Amino acid sequence: MKKYDAIIIGAGHNGLTNAAYLARAGLDVLVVEKNDYIGGAAASRQLHNGFWYSNCSYVCSMMRQAIHRDLDLTKHGLVLVPYLGTVGFADNGDTLISYHSEGPEYNHLRARSPHDADAMFRFQTDLARYAQLIRKTLLRTPPDPTSFRPRDIKELIFLAREFGTLGQKEIYEYIRFFTMSAAEFLEDYFEDDLIKAAMASPGIIGTALGVYSPGSAYILLHHVMGDVDGNIGAWGLARGGMGAISKAIAGALQEAGGEIMTEAPVKQILVTNGKAVGVILENDEELHANIVVSNLDAKRTFTKVMDKKDLPPGIYDKAKNFKIRGSSGKVNIALSGLPKFTNVPDNRYINRGGQAFLGSLETMERAYDCWKRGTWSEDPFVESVIPSAWDPTVAPPGQHWMSNFIQYCPAELADGPWTPEKRDAFGQTVIDKIERYSPGFKKLILHAEIRTPHEIENEVGLTEGNIFQGELTIDQLLFNRPFPGYAQYRMPIKNMYMCGSSTHPGGGVSSACGANAAREILKDLRRKNTVPEDDCYDE
Amino acid sequence: MTKQYDTIIIGAGHNGLVCAAYLAKKGQKVLLLEAADTLGGLASTREFHPGFKASVAHTINQFSSKIVGDLNLAAYGFKSGKPMQSVGLSEDGQHVSIANGKVTGVGQSDIDAFARYTKMMQRYAKAMAGFSLQTIPPIGNNSFSEVLTFAKMGLKIRGLGREDMRELLRIISLPARDLMDENFDNPILKAMLSWDGLIGSKMAPRSPNNTVLMMLFRMIGEHRGAHALPVGGMDGLINALSNALTSSGAEIRTSAPVGQVLVNRSKNGLSAVGVILQNGEEFKAQRIVSAVDPKQTFLDLVGVDNLEIEFTNRINRLRSDGYVAKLHLALDGLPDFNGINIPNERMIIAPEMDAIEFAFDDAKYGEASSEPVMEVMLPSLRDQSLAPEGKHVLSAHIMYVPYNRKGGWTKKAKDQLAKNAIKTLSQYAPGIEKQIAHAELLTPADIAESHLVTGGHWHHGEFALDQMMMMRPTYEAAQYKTPIPGLYLASAGCHPGGGIMGGPGHNAAHEILK
Repeated sequence: MKKYDAIIIGAGHNGLTNAAYLARAGLDVLVVEKNDYIGGAAASRQLHNGFWYSNCSYVCSMMRQAIHRDLDLTKHGLVLVPYLGTVGFADNGDTLISYHSEGPEYNHLRARSPHDADAMFRFQTDLARYAQLIRKTLLRTPPDPTSFRPRDIKELIFLAREFGTLGQKEIYEYIRFFTMSAAEFLEDYFEDDLIKAAMASPGIIGTALGVYSPGSAYILLHHVMGDVDGNIGAWGLARGGMGAISKAIAGALQEAGGEIMTEAPVKQILVTNGKAVGVILENDEELHANIVVSNLDAKRTFTKVMDKKDLPPGIYDKAKNFKIRGSSGKVNIALSGLPKFTNVPDNRYINRGGQAFLGSLETMERAYDCWKRGTWSEDPFVESVIPSAWDPTVAPPGQHWMSNFIQYCPAELADGPWTPEKRDAFGQTVIDKIERYSPGFKKLILHAEIRTPHEIENEVGLTEGNIFQGELTIDQLLFNRPFPGYAQYRMPIKNMYMCGSSTHPGGGVSSACGANAAREILKDLRRKNTVPEDDCYDE
Repeated sequence: MTKQYDTIIIGAGHNGLVCAAYLAKKGQKVLLLEAADTLGGLASTREFHPGFKASVAHTINQFSSKIVGDLNLAAYGFKSGKPMQSVGLSEDGQHVSIANGKVTGVGQSDIDAFARYTKMMQRYAKAMAGFSLQTIPPIGNNSFSEVLTFAKMGLKIRGLGREDMRELLRIISLPARDLMDENFDNPILKAMLSWDGLIGSKMAPRSPNNTVLMMLFRMIGEHRGAHALPVGGMDGLINALSNALTSSGAEIRTSAPVGQVLVNRSKNGLSAVGVILQNGEEFKAQRIVSAVDPKQTFLDLVGVDNLEIEFTNRINRLRSDGYVAKLHLALDGLPDFNGINIPNERMIIAPEMDAIEFAFDDAKYGEASSEPVMEVMLPSLRDQSLAPEGKHVLSAHIMYVPYNRKGGWTKKAKDQLAKNAIKTLSQYAPGIEKQIAHAELLTPADIAESHLVTGGHWHHGEFALDQMMMMRPTYEAAQYKTPIPGLYLASAGCHPGGGIMGGPGHNAAHEILK
């Protein structure tokens, strides 16, 4: 029976990236995927005739350029289109427009608040500076602060030095940003409520924190540290939907001789005398390999596809306590035409760009309060984009699809489990909210796919539908991710690794986790490292 | 003709007293100025109803025994009281109690977990303890001795051993809720253990980053986190301090509110040379130590025209809004708490962590909770002098009550809050409402006014990672010196922070005596 060098569980973008690098190093790799399509949460799916939804992740910015180039994803069909002109909506219909060029942007802000127009420039420069430090750590393996191995000490010194180059004053400011709440951090810059709300919104996307929770400022940073073609903080659409990213990485993998097996759900990771030796599929087929790499989240890996008795003491509880909370929902809508929004000038950039239904800091925080009480807000935060406005390949001519991301949506409801009725009620809440800002919107709806954490977990396999494979709080970042002592992609079982977003640097379609894991695996195999260094150093 | 002192200290809160005592002991000519007519600031005992006395701070859980020794406070009558039990109240009288490191009223698994948990937390608190009584150097271009301080910190943490260090680096930023859920089952136990990480701050059980540090900080005292009341109540400590001070020749002036710190502008820069009282009286000294909160010190007493603009911004942005109200009840008799014979311990009313979390939610939007959570004690049971024979004083900290209430603190709003608090109390002590001779409610706004502390904040500044150690109150003022030569800080707004602990006063004195 065939024995692979490595089996990777889960054909999400990190699993594919990991496999691609192992294959390019000459390993005989197999990626097993439970669904009949690849990509995990980075997928394009035709769920209504002619409409291709990016039905989980919907925009791209974190993708590491070094990997994009190194795997030649462009050759494999990946085209990223920066999208521009996001409009923020307040409760009273008031709008805040972010233009793609500085002049109009400044004037627009100035009309709201001269103070904030100036502050915005300061804010954006600060943000970019802070982002730069984190960016340098993305394609590196976190050090173990308890270890005295030269390599860990070297890495600690690297971090200390990078931190040091900020200069004394910057370090203090940085610590504030790293630990404060998004709202309180923004209070220092801005006075206008809608501007604060707009700037704070990235601080809650995907997380079980509120704009007033300490630590949400870092989440904000996590969402702006990406780039499109080196334009830091910019967000882009993948032509053909997010699936195009997975497809391109898969192309690089297959070009290097790697295999992908879909509709192959893993029942259990095979462990014999303390070593991972392969996997058993749900259909009881056994697949053997020298190395098993799990792209599943840490909780799922250790509590679902492993036998508790194969695990060293303590690991099961660590996995049980791993914070991976469902807090987001998604509503994907096929539209017979382009919706018009009130108080938005008819400008191609701005009314086809993103829409953020913000309300105010208080609206967002109250939505979080609802989540804490096991229900969803009647007035949730919704971030939307209409990809078809930029990309003709994802909807029939003249028609459009709209991606709506909702914060917050609980994984478990106070009044019992999710039912199709509750799911539809949740979707209706979102649609009603959009209708308030776009009268006639409902009439355009041809089809809607409503996804609560329940749907996302069942289909994609993300525990509780958490988009980051684990909360991005300090206790689960860097050398704490996923657990202290196991942050270097090696797992407690010999020959077993993790390469998902549960590992450093965490969630987002970045491919960094998969690439970093590959680097560690190749090191253990004494193979030449084929994983590139990050290329953001002298930006 | 103005009198010349070595040091003038503004504010006779416990930190001002401690700082003054150290300096006077070293033979300095010290003048201590206090705006109120009583000493002790938030720890001062004041009459709130004829014959009934109370103090805002109603227990001590971490006053430094080093300071007690250094200043020989025992000789001046200080006697630290026996550690109190903490009792998590349950409406049905099935209370959870924590006494000398043991928990009762919970299941066996929680009893075992609690033993493990406290051992772990005490190891961490021990590793931290040393650094509360020393100046934390700034980051960057350090002297050798400063580098040594950081090295010591690193070693202390590494000294915990690999597993402990890893766990510390993980839990240090955990929200109370996660730490509790990982360890315990009993909802009351979880709530009462989170309490010490939250009280006095703008944090709730789900708030990450700062709570565990607060818990550890409160565990570095002699009773390892257990609260106590000194013999003679809070005055027992304050009087001992003032006696120690006067006997070493320091002068104390009460009812002497300072209006302004005199800043001298010369060609070699600014320097603080004295103070002017609000009544116009002027005092000169080589140095001025401010034991009042940083915002008042710089924005009111020094004045922004003497400060660099960025420094002013950093003081302005200090988060220092209080979230705790104080309720004082004059009672005709001893209230009858369900399932408690003599209510002479520290009682916490918070049936579960969500009760705390949801009370906080109201405060976020500028409202006081309709179902307040609180910490209650009857100081008169431990110090008879606080109430007439047979009568009693009930003292309660009420979380979360915003300093800035939407619509302001009208009489109506205050009465409503007092009503809600008393209603809650009566659920645990039926009939208490009939025993009330007088009720005094101090919102953070009231405390700000009556005790002259910005925002009515116990700690003069939110206890948060970005406002700690070499960042407390802000860089360039975190080593007790300030940008203005001759002006020092010695308040809870400096490292190590608030609570009746004495650290800031002690550390400031040592910087001055260097």
